[in-house]
This record gives sequence, structure tokens and C-alpha cells, in this order.
Amino acid sequence: MRIYDLPDASGHFGQYGGVFVAETLIHALDELKEAYSRCRKDPEFLAEFAHDLKHYVGRPTPVYHARRWSERFGGAQMYLKREDLNHTGAHKINNVIGQALLARRMGKPRVIAETGAGMHGVAAATIAARFGMECVVYMGSEDVKRQLQNVHRMKLLGATVVPVESGSKTLKDALNEAMRDWVTHVENTFYIIGTVAGPHPYPMMVRDFQSVIGCEAKEQMQELAGRQPDAVLACVGGGSNAMGIFYPYITEEEVRLIGVEAAGRGLESGKHAATLVAGRPGVLHGNHTYLLQDENGQIIETHSISAGLDYPGVGPEHAWLKDSGRAEYVAVTDEEAVQAFHDLCRLEGIIPALESAHALAYAAKIAPRMQKDRILLVNLSGRGDKDMHTVAQRSGIKIQ
Amino acid sequence: MSRIAATFESLRNRGRKALIPFITAGDPEPGQTVALMRASVAGGADVIELGVPFSDPMADGPVIQRSSERALKHGVSLKDVLGYVREFRKKDAATPVVLMGYANPLETMGAERFADAAQAAGVDGVLVVDYPPEEARRLVELLDARRLDTIFLLSPTTTDARMEEVARLGRGYLYYVSLKGVTGASHIDLAEVSARTARLRQFTGLPVGVGFGIRDAATARTVAAVADAVVIGSALIQEIEKAPRGKAAARVTQFLAPIREALDSLAAVKA
Repeated sequence: MRIYDLPDASGHFGQYGGVFVAETLIHALDELKEAYSRCRKDPEFLAEFAHDLKHYVGRPTPVYHARRWSERFGGAQMYLKREDLNHTGAHKINNVIGQALLARRMGKPRVIAETGAGMHGVAAATIAARFGMECVVYMGSEDVKRQLQNVHRMKLLGATVVPVESGSKTLKDALNEAMRDWVTHVENTFYIIGTVAGPHPYPMMVRDFQSVIGCEAKEQMQELAGRQPDAVLACVGGGSNAMGIFYPYITEEEVRLIGVEAAGRGLESGKHAATLVAGRPGVLHGNHTYLLQDENGQIIETHSISAGLDYPGVGPEHAWLKDSGRAEYVAVTDEEAVQAFHDLCRLEGIIPALESAHALAYAAKIAPRMQKDRILLVNLSGRGDKDMHTVAQRSGIKIQ
Repeated sequence: MSRIAATFESLRNRGRKALIPFITAGDPEPGQTVALMRASVAGGADVIELGVPFSDPMADGPVIQRSSERALKHGVSLKDVLGYVREFRKKDAATPVVLMGYANPLETMGAERFADAAQAAGVDGVLVVDYPPEEARRLVELLDARRLDTIFLLSPTTTDARMEEVARLGRGYLYYVSLKGVTGASHIDLAEVSARTARLRQFTGLPVGVGFGIRDAATARTVAAVADAVVIGSALIQEIEKAPRGKAAARVTQFLAPIREALDSLAAVKA
């Protein structure tokens, strides 16, 4: 594959993607598409974006050779792309800066966002504070209860957090509610979607903003190891950190791309969030993609120890990469992810986010069977400070 | 001629406007849906829009969301909804029924299987909220082949070029969403509705229905002055919500009757 130029003009990745929204949103999406297609080629916009990534976020993030963790398995060498070192603690901020700059260009003084665990909401609130924009974050009321600390962070940053009481009261419902807000306040409001899902142009735009991860990693691998990795691994909920690191590697066919989903309490238990591994195609949130749904096409609730992977859809580009065979998708359980979490803490002094720990866990599974000169690059998409409660609770420890 | 076209032609000949109530199938419970459809006709409905419940009704406000949740608690599926229409048809061969819902339940059934089943059940039109024309071509073909109408939405932000495209693909009638927002919102800008529907008529000979934000006889009457049909959803579903157990059907008829009268008084004034 020498050339890769998806999505097409109508936002399709093969049969996936597209614009599946009510007519009331079409104009807003057309406006966004037009503004973005101008900005993505505008050197001034790109320079502004690069400047903020460097001076505000702290990029480039390093690639780190995790020697002790690698030694434990006696196989492949593990390298970590350290997105956990970004301002606000995860890769989410890359995309949020891009979209906020776009909102400013479009003259929209109000931004809205959906959030599950709260990381995207915190990133949106952060940028809104910095740009002096009004910010409203929609969050399922169940998630509000589970993630009080992030709710407080968003409020400190000046955002309004609206608990969503409809449906399953989680991330998917927060997204529905944000869309309803957008359609009602479309003149002054920009909707910052946090992942590579939603109607076109969101999947493409979020991927483009996140592809800084893969572009940096490619250069850094060359510098550090003198070659590219044998495989790139990333966790997949909606799929933005994975798309960000995969994208620049899609045309490098000798590099395996492995997306790791949440198997929760095990695929056979039905309590999981492994959309690509166990779902089937359908239409949700503006795009055609794999979904977790019942036999009547109703969307079902997902389960994962990591709130960031708890989403019943997935970005349409991942659906295409799966069907075309260019990327592989697998799933690891809560238990395997927690094991990898502890290992990285103890052996490398790095506390990973539970989301990222899924990618680590799968790397740990395949590394022992590989030669010592093989290389795995894992996207460490976020840090685990936010997960202290979850992990402590699981070990039977109570913390304040 | 389709049942929808025949209905609008007959109304036009009598100088009348269509009343189109929307109810969610299976709300408040599955056993009542057919009775509520008949009660709508008794109250003066010319066409019935029957909502197919979906877990993620992105374009709907809180009232219709709740009705969808109530129906889903009873496990109401698209197949069940087609069953209600079949039952309704046994005693009513005249009133057109339009299914309105979201893409995923339809995609799960398969578009072709759905089109066959809808035709067999006696459905007349289909409105898939999250199928704009760009994504609806195959459905239009399948429904056309079975003489079912594909209904499309238009909004205050729809450009002329899109109006033309929607008018080309639309069948039966066009549904103009009278405000920026979700179903059930309270404000409606009549001057805007009037200007927009007039513009729309430059591109289409199809009847134009107006919905979103019509709550009672007064708003219905004003809107009907510039539209061929008025759609009432959220306000009607609130009536069903408020009705004591077993009284919903009577309440639906009572609620619609004065609206019917208001629409007909408009025709009388014109005549």
C-alpha cells in the first residue's frame, strides 16, 4: 500500500464513516468541513497548532525503551510513546487544541464536549480557559458519580458540567446530548468531539490532529533504534490514540498494527467493550461502523474497568482497517490490564492509565514469543493518576 | 397513486390541511399502540407518524426520548412495530401510516427485508431521521420499487441546492423542521416558517408538512396557513404521559379534536 487517501470526499472509509445525521445538523457539518479543509492546508494555522503543541502541551513526547519491563519477558524490546507526559495527562489535548483553534477561526465563542471518564472534558475545559471561551461538558450522570475528581477539575477550569440522565447515563448518552445542544445553538457553538467517531469530517479531523503522535514516533524510532518497530500497539475505545499512532504507519506494510480493545470480564461474559472483536456494523452517532448492539439494533451497555474504553461504537477508519486486514484487533480483560498496570509501575516507575494498560497487556502477551531483536512500540496514551481509586479498590485498599 | 398522495389530493380538493400526529410505537405499553392509532384517527388525524423506538434518539428532545425508553423497557422491536401496523390495517384501509425512526434498527433488519416487510404490513411511508439524502439512495430505490414513500426532513439551515436535491428524492410529502433544535422545543418563528416554506415550493410540488414546536390549536392554525400539514409529536406524547392508566386513547382523541377544528376553520375562512 503506497498511497492511502481515505476518507473519500463524502467521508467514507470503504463502506464505513459517512454523514448519518438529521438534516438539522447538515449545515453545521458543511460549515465545519469547509473551515477545516481551508485550515488543514493553511501554513499559518499549522504553525499555530505546532507552536501550541510545543509550548503549551510540551511536545514532542519522548519514546522510551522500557528495558526492565522488556527483560521480564525475555523477548521483544518494548518502546513506549509517552503521551502520558502531555499537559493534562493524556493524548486528548492534541486534538482539543486543534479543534479549539478551528473554533476560534470560525468565530465561535462557545465550545461543548462530551466526556466519559472526564479526560476529554478536562482537556476541553483547559483549552477553553486558555482561549477565554465558554465551555459546557456533557457527562452521563453515572460517570459523574464515578469520576467526581475530574468533574471538580473541569469546574475549577471554569467549565459547566451537565449530568445527562437519559438512556444508560454514560458516554454514548453524553454524546447524544452534546449533539442536541449543538443543533440548538449552532450559530455560536463549536462541538469538540473527543474521538475519531461522529459524522464526517470529525473522524478525519481528529485523526489528523492526533497523527502528531505517529509522526513523532517514526522519527524517534529511527533515532533510538535505527529502525521502525515490528508492531505498533494501542488501546481502542473510540480509537483516537490508536488512529494517531497508526496513521503514519498505514503505508508501511511491514509494520503490524494492533488495536487492543477492552474484554472487560471476558468476551464470553457479555460484559465487555470489544466493539471490533465482538460487534457488527451499524449506524450510530453519525457514522457507519462496528457497534455493540442487540439483535434488534438497539445499542447495548458496555463494561470495562477503564471508563475511557467504555464505548459501544468505534471510529469508522478502524472498522475499515479491520475489514481490509491492514490492522488486527484483539481484546484483553480487566484482569490482564491491571496486571500490566502493576508491572509497569514496579519495573519502570511509570503509572499508566488503565486504558493504556490494555495495550501494554497485549504487548506482554506477544513479547515472550518474539526474538530479542524484535521491537514493539506501545502508545502509552495517558497516565494513571486518575485511576488510583479504581486500582486501590480492586486491591481492597481504601483511599480518601 | 400512493395512499399518502391520495390523502393529500382529497384534502386539497376540499381545501383542507392535514393533521399528522406522531406517537411512539409501544409507548406507554405495546398493547395500546393500535388503540392509540385508532384514537388519533377518531380525533381527526389524516396521516399517522409512528415512531420506531431507538436507544439513542439523537434528534429528539426529552419528551420523545422518554417515550422511546418506555417502549424499549417492553422490548419493542421494529418487527413488533410492523405488527402493530398490520393490526391497524385490519380495520383501517384509508389512513396512511409513516414509520419514523433511526437507521440502526432498519440496518439490522436489512434494508431490503425491511422494505418487503413494511409493504406487507401496510406501511405507506418511511422517514429515517439520520439518513440525509446522501446516505438514503438505496432505501429510496427499494421503497420506490414497492410504491412506498421516502419522507425527508428539511431545516431552517437547508440551502437552496439541498432543497432541490431533497425535493428530487422526496416522496409523499416533505417535512419542514420549523426550528433549530430537537423535537419538543417551545419557540417557533412563524415569519421564518412562512418564508422558508414559500422558498421550498419553488423546488417541489409535494405537500409540505411543518413540525417541531407545534403544541396546540393556536400554533397549529397559524402554521397551517402556510403549510399543507402540521405534525404534532411531543405535545401529544405529554398527553399520553399524563393520562391515567387506560385513559390514554380517550385523551388522544380529546387533544386532537380541537386542533382538527382549528385547521378546518381555516379552510372555512378561505372558502
